[in-house]
Amino acid sequence: MTAPAPAPPPEATTAPRVRRREWLHILTGAARTPRGMAGSGLVLLVVLLAVTGPFFAAYPPLQFVTTPGAPPSSKFPLGSDILGRDVLSRVLDGGWQLLLMATAAMLIGIVLGTAAGIAAAQLRGWRDGVIMRTVDVILAFPQLVFALLLVSILGPTRWLLVVAVGLSHAPQVARVIRAAALDVSERDFVKAVEITGVRQSRVMSGEILPNLLTPLMVEAGLRLTYSIVIMTGLSFIGFGLQPPAPNWGYMINENRIILTTNPWAVVAPAILIAVLTVGLNTFTDAIARVALGIERAEKLIAEASGTGSVAEIPA
Amino acid sequence: MTVDATPAPRAPADTGAKGRPHPIARLIWTRTALGLVTLLVVSILIFAATQVLPGNAATAVLGHNASASAVRTMELRLGLNKPAVTQYWDWFSGVLRGRLGTSLANGQPVWGLVGPRLLNSLVLVILAGLIGALLGAGLGMFAAIRRDKPADHVLSVGTLAVTSLPEFVVAIFLVIIFSTVLLHILPGVSPLESTSGAVKPWQDPKELVLPVAALVVVIVPYIFRMMRAATIEALESDYVEMARLNGLSPVRVLLRHALPNAVAPTVQVIGLNLLYLAGGIVLVEFVFDYPGVGQGLVSAVADRDIPQIQFIVLVLATFYIAMNIVTDVAALMATPRRRVAR
Repeated sequence: MTAPAPAPPPEATTAPRVRRREWLHILTGAARTPRGMAGSGLVLLVVLLAVTGPFFAAYPPLQFVTTPGAPPSSKFPLGSDILGRDVLSRVLDGGWQLLLMATAAMLIGIVLGTAAGIAAAQLRGWRDGVIMRTVDVILAFPQLVFALLLVSILGPTRWLLVVAVGLSHAPQVARVIRAAALDVSERDFVKAVEITGVRQSRVMSGEILPNLLTPLMVEAGLRLTYSIVIMTGLSFIGFGLQPPAPNWGYMINENRIILTTNPWAVVAPAILIAVLTVGLNTFTDAIARVALGIERAEKLIAEASGTGSVAEIPA
Repeated sequence: MTVDATPAPRAPADTGAKGRPHPIARLIWTRTALGLVTLLVVSILIFAATQVLPGNAATAVLGHNASASAVRTMELRLGLNKPAVTQYWDWFSGVLRGRLGTSLANGQPVWGLVGPRLLNSLVLVILAGLIGALLGAGLGMFAAIRRDKPADHVLSVGTLAVTSLPEFVVAIFLVIIFSTVLLHILPGVSPLESTSGAVKPWQDPKELVLPVAALVVVIVPYIFRMMRAATIEALESDYVEMARLNGLSPVRVLLRHALPNAVAPTVQVIGLNLLYLAGGIVLVEFVFDYPGVGQGLVSAVADRDIPQIQFIVLVLATFYIAMNIVTDVAALMATPRRRVAR
């Protein structure tokens, strides 16, 4: 707010412009709350470890360095895995790809879902119907099953995984954004701009989209969390990132057999995934609370967390 | 209070609804029709993803080292030489008449492989749904009554932390705690026979404890949050305030006046969580080697067993669509002010 006052809007009709860098205000505001502090701290911890980890790994993550399933020792602080590779080195190297792919999938889901949601709300009529029935079709698949179906025959290549998970997010985003956009499109300033004869695409991108910042930020947080849940889940059952390169999901699976000799080979990646998702979720919660107040935040998150239709009950 | 004494709201509804069906009946009809259309499109999508997508399904099944003649035989078996529309119709009409084909992995009929798994999964979903709903709703109500007291804070922060934990991570931690590293009191892997179906899961309840617990841990936070918010909203409403001012006992205010209005949103969330379980069972069954459809799907994908993949995904989607309708209707019936036609 110390920024210089923005120039007055060109037309009085485009009144409630969004404050500049509003998203930054919300983020920093959220990070100052106890929940936000805890959440962002946990996320930063894991992200830092995943991103800088590959540079600190003591051994090449694919090299067999000792006996399989060895318990922790001074040379191998987390012991060795099922094939005798250093668990710590593999943990340090096994996160960045997951993070990158989960983020990409989240972005695809947010962009597609937002475009579909705004279009449905603003265009109304049959186009709304077509978009929302398409949403219903994709929603009929559990997200993991949808992704599994797409990779089942084509094989789990990286780009296909990202696209599949991104596509499975889009309908959930579209529902939430459509509901929020319906509210905005009824407001006077949108009606006023429409009367001037501006193209619909301009109304959608210039007037409606900037007013959806809060639901978009909450959606981004939630979808990133679910991206990580689904990506690690797919990798866990062997249809995500492919071995032998380490990734936290598959590490849990392949080392389950040596749980009794070296539990750390399973516990370490499992804890990292857990800390990451819990941190992200807590921070998203803080964002919603700061931007909306506690009660509306509870509602938005409850609705957005649902995996399917919350019926539009005819009043 | 005086509601029973005034039949007024009924009368206009009866006259108004004369030619038209009751709103709930109408809702059921329209939703069912829409659901069937959705299901049709879903079936086309499933078929397209498994059999029509670029990349030959026959080579995908057999691997790239397969001989040309083996690939041709597989193409004939899958009907890949026919036009896509004919292939789809052959498959879809077969499913409608109960002819599901045979597994590519072992040549057995698909229904014989998937049928017993369906039953096993249903046991898992119903148990987890029931326990999760009771636990989540109970805790949510408790937290709402104790709003902003320590118990509420502990429960709210605790459930927030558990929300969105991946189900397979929860399952792995349960295995570590209860059946391998720390304790050895519960089986971590289900020894049930998947194909013979000789042993039913309820005959050995011990096998069910950890899979059900993993699913319950994942769904309770959502139900808790919704029930807490709904109860708080109801407790703050004017009519509850009125009942309280009339001198009714707190218990009566809660049970008779506040709760009925918190039921509808909770019914919806419970429905949503049953839907969630349709996907959640995949990973949990895989962890515990539990012979349900989820584990069946994973092994079918590993074997590229197209007939099994198609059928299992279709079953999961059908469950999803049907549950959605049931949830919407139940939520509508649980909303007192919307039951009557206007």
